[in-house]
Amino acid sequence: MSERKIRVLVAKPGLDGHDRGAKVVARALRDAGMEVVYTGLRFTPEMVAEAALQEDVDVVGLSILSGAHMALMPRVLELLKANGQEHVKVFVGGIIPDEDVPRLMEMGVVGVYGPGTLTDDIVRDIRRAVTGAAVS
Amino acid sequence: MNLVASALEGNRLSLARLLTQIENGTPDGRLALDALYRHTGGAHLIGVTGAPGTGKSSLVNQLARLYRNPPDGSSSRRVGVVAVDPSSPFTGGAILGDRVRMRDLAGDPGVFIRSMASRGTLGGLAATTASLALALDAAGFEIILIETVGAGQAEVDIARLAHTTLVVEAPGLGDEIQAIKAGILEIADILVVNKADRPGVENTERALRGMLLLAHPAQRPGEFHHAQSYAHAEAQSTSPDASIWLPPILRTVATEGTGVVELFQEIARHRVYLAESGEWQRRERLRLQSELDMLLQALLVSRWRQTVSAEAYQDVVDRLLQRDISPWQAVEALLDGHK
Repeated sequence: MSERKIRVLVAKPGLDGHDRGAKVVARALRDAGMEVVYTGLRFTPEMVAEAALQEDVDVVGLSILSGAHMALMPRVLELLKANGQEHVKVFVGGIIPDEDVPRLMEMGVVGVYGPGTLTDDIVRDIRRAVTGAAVS
Repeated sequence: MNLVASALEGNRLSLARLLTQIENGTPDGRLALDALYRHTGGAHLIGVTGAPGTGKSSLVNQLARLYRNPPDGSSSRRVGVVAVDPSSPFTGGAILGDRVRMRDLAGDPGVFIRSMASRGTLGGLAATTASLALALDAAGFEIILIETVGAGQAEVDIARLAHTTLVVEAPGLGDEIQAIKAGILEIADILVVNKADRPGVENTERALRGMLLLAHPAQRPGEFHHAQSYAHAEAQSTSPDASIWLPPILRTVATEGTGVVELFQEIARHRVYLAESGEWQRRERLRLQSELDMLLQALLVSRWRQTVSAEAYQDVVDRLLQRDISPWQAVEALLDGHK
C-alpha cells in the first residue's frame, strides 16, 4: 500500500484553555482524509516543533486565542527552521486582529483563520499548500 | 541511502523521514528496511493493548518515564513509542491523539514518539507497525513501547510482534463471561487493571484471576492458536515446568503513577524469564516466520495477479454471481487456468 497521506499536527500553544476550535478543525481535516496528530492544550513552541519533527508532518496548524500569537508564531517558525523543517506549512487559527495578519504572512505563516471560517476553506488551502500551489 | 546512515547516527529528522517512507511503502522505504535490518534485534518490544479508554497512553507515558530514569538504579534506556489509532473507514482520515497523554515525555532527546493510523488494517496494528518498530530498534532505541488501537476481543496481532504484551483493563467493563472468552486476554503476559481507584476493581481483578486459573497451566504460556503460520512451529524444547509464566495481575492508576514501579519490575522479570526459558528466541523465530509468511503471501498474490487478465478475472466473478461455480471452484479455475 503506497499512498501519500497529508499529515497535520494540530496543537494549541500558549495558556488559554479553549480547544473547541482546534478539535473542530482536527475533525474536519480527518473527514477530508488527512491524518491529524492532535496534541491537546498548553504546548510550548518547543513542544510543537519537537512533535512536528518526530511525526514528520507536512502541516502544522496552531490554535491561539490568548492574543499571544505575535510572540508564539515567530518562535514556532524559528524552531521548525532550526530543525530542518522549513518545508512544513504553518497555519494559525483563533482570535487574530486584522492588522496582524499581513505581519504573520510575512513571517511565513501560510494561512490565518478567524471565527466564521469555513472548514472547507481550510481543507482546500492545506491541500493547495502541500501540493505546492500558492494559497490565495 | 544517506537517510539510513544519518538515522543510524542519531539524526532525528532523518529517522522521522525514514519512518514516513517506510509507512508509505515507498521503494526507498523498502530499501531502507534492507539496510536497517542487520542493526536490529537489540530492543525489547513491549506491547500495550486493551479496550479504548482503559488508559493505555497514560501507562505508556509512565513506563517511558521509568525507563528514562529507572527506579532500580539501572542505566537510563532510550525509549521509542509507536502509537496506533484507527483510520476512518469512510474517509481514510484519522485523529492520532495518543500524544495528549504523553506530554511528560516532551523535550527528552532519549524519547522518540511516532503516531500512526491503522490505514484499514484490522488486528489492532497498522500494516507497517512492525517495520516502524524495526527502524526504531536499528536507530538504537532499547525499549520500544507499541500501543495498539483501542482493542476489543480479536485484535491480537500485538502478541506476535511484542516480546512482552500488557493487556490493560479497567473496572466496570465486563463480567466474568467476557473474561473467559477467547482472544485478547489470552495473549497477556501481564494483566494491568488500570484506574484501580475506581469502584469495582475487586470484581475486575477476581474475574481476571478466575480466567487465569482456567487457562493455566493447561495452556502453554506465550502460545496462541489463531494463525496458520504457526502450523510449522517446532515443539517447545525446554521442559514445560521451567517455562511456565503465569501472567501477574497488577493494579495501577496511571494518571497518578500508582503501581507503575511494580509494573516496571514485572516487565523486567518477564524479560529475564524470556531469556532464561528460551522463550525469547522462540518468540523471535515465530514472529520472523509469520512475517515471512505474510510477505510471501502478499508477494505471491501480487505476482499472480499480473499473470491474469482483468477480463478473465471478472469472467470468473460473473460465473460466481450466476451461481455457475462455487468460490472454491473459482479459485481452482483461476489458479489452474481451466474454466
